[in-house]
Amino acid sequence: MASDSKIAKPKLKLAVYWASSCGGCCVSVLDTHEKLLDIVAAADPVFWPIAMDIKYHDVEAMEDQSIDLTLFNGAVRNSENRHMARVLRDKSKILVAYGACAGMGGIPGLANFFTKEDLFRRVYDDSESTVNPDRIRPMPVSEVPEGTLEIPGFFNRVYALDQVVEVDYYIPGCPPQSERLIEVFTAVVTGANLPPKGSVVGAGEKTNCEDCLRIKSENKKVSRFYRPWEIQEDKKSCFLEQGIICMGPATRSGCGVRCVAGNSPCRGCYGPPSTTDDAGARMMAAISSMIDSDQPETIDEAVSTIADPGGLFYRFSLPASILEKP
Amino acid sequence: MNHSPTIIAFLCNWCAYTGADLAGTSRLHYAPNVRIIRVMCSGRIEPAFVLKAFREGADGVLVCGCHPGDCHYQEGNYKCLRQFKLLQKFTQQAGIEKERLRLEWISASEGQQFAELVNSMTELLSLMPRKKQKILQEVEP
Repeated sequence: MASDSKIAKPKLKLAVYWASSCGGCCVSVLDTHEKLLDIVAAADPVFWPIAMDIKYHDVEAMEDQSIDLTLFNGAVRNSENRHMARVLRDKSKILVAYGACAGMGGIPGLANFFTKEDLFRRVYDDSESTVNPDRIRPMPVSEVPEGTLEIPGFFNRVYALDQVVEVDYYIPGCPPQSERLIEVFTAVVTGANLPPKGSVVGAGEKTNCEDCLRIKSENKKVSRFYRPWEIQEDKKSCFLEQGIICMGPATRSGCGVRCVAGNSPCRGCYGPPSTTDDAGARMMAAISSMIDSDQPETIDEAVSTIADPGGLFYRFSLPASILEKP
Repeated sequence: MNHSPTIIAFLCNWCAYTGADLAGTSRLHYAPNVRIIRVMCSGRIEPAFVLKAFREGADGVLVCGCHPGDCHYQEGNYKCLRQFKLLQKFTQQAGIEKERLRLEWISASEGQQFAELVNSMTELLSLMPRKKQKILQEVEP
């Protein structure tokens, strides 16, 4: 309390919101550990559903542009997500797409391989644990004796945040590394020169391979691919050279190659590097060039060892891919 | 239901494009549904190009290069073949039917074969329903 009076500048107002997300991004803000105390010393959280009890109508009542920085995580899956995206856009000076879901659609975006009808059929009719003889489906509006009930409308597809409202910056990652958040936050607080609008911040420009410490050779040819559980990898050489698909060549650096350091191949959560806008297409070109064959049959065999190319190459980026971008 | 499909064809400069050129100079009649994009080598045809074509509304995409062993750059067409096989698996997963994406080898002397290829693909696609356009924007309630 005493330190408050020493701060000459008015404290920043900070909002963190989750839309269609798992909550990991909000936890990554808490994962700043004791630095969180510095964050709250410099900024007042005014809206943060995981940590504070503030209602939507309180946010709606705020003045436009009254929040200095909003970290919006999660994809836009339904009308509630879109409503809050619009509200927070109006209320915020800087709106950051925080994490892979807000930035590219993320894991929820994989639902775009299916239609809304496919998803509802699976969830409300076909799934093994479902008993629903009356085929009841969620309706946005339903009449009950007590009155009218409304729930958010489920969209036909999943959207990245910038497909719904204008976004100022992107902090990639699933979740973003907390160190990167502190860097960005410090830049906002100190009023340092912020990069141009639309930039990816808190990440590098190059690919993860540039930061990777695994031993790489010239020989990238393989006759088949392995899923991580199918092979005992040697813990030191490039995953790709061992036939394990690693998204490193098509993924932006900045995470510190943590997954690889933990002996797990890169999954691509930081999205494409600045040189390309579709990591999946880039990766398909790279992976196919590794197949050590000129014969259609053996190429087929190698391709057949990639069980789910869509889910693998577009794990975090389907709604923002070439095929899906509105 | 019949309709007039749009086919984007990526042709390599040395064989396939020359073959298509021969079809023209030989005054062969073939379906006008194909839009040709010339690239130096079929190995240059990245998955992103094909996806972009579908994204922009192509009903079909045709990829043509030199016959195996005939590539002007020794092995660009094999590179093409490898990319194509993987891409094909992905596009089917993304809901694009197999018939809409085709790889064929056309030599510089195969004008007739190119014309027949375009005709057969046009006919096949015209009998299929139009490619379903993804819903890219929600209708406001």
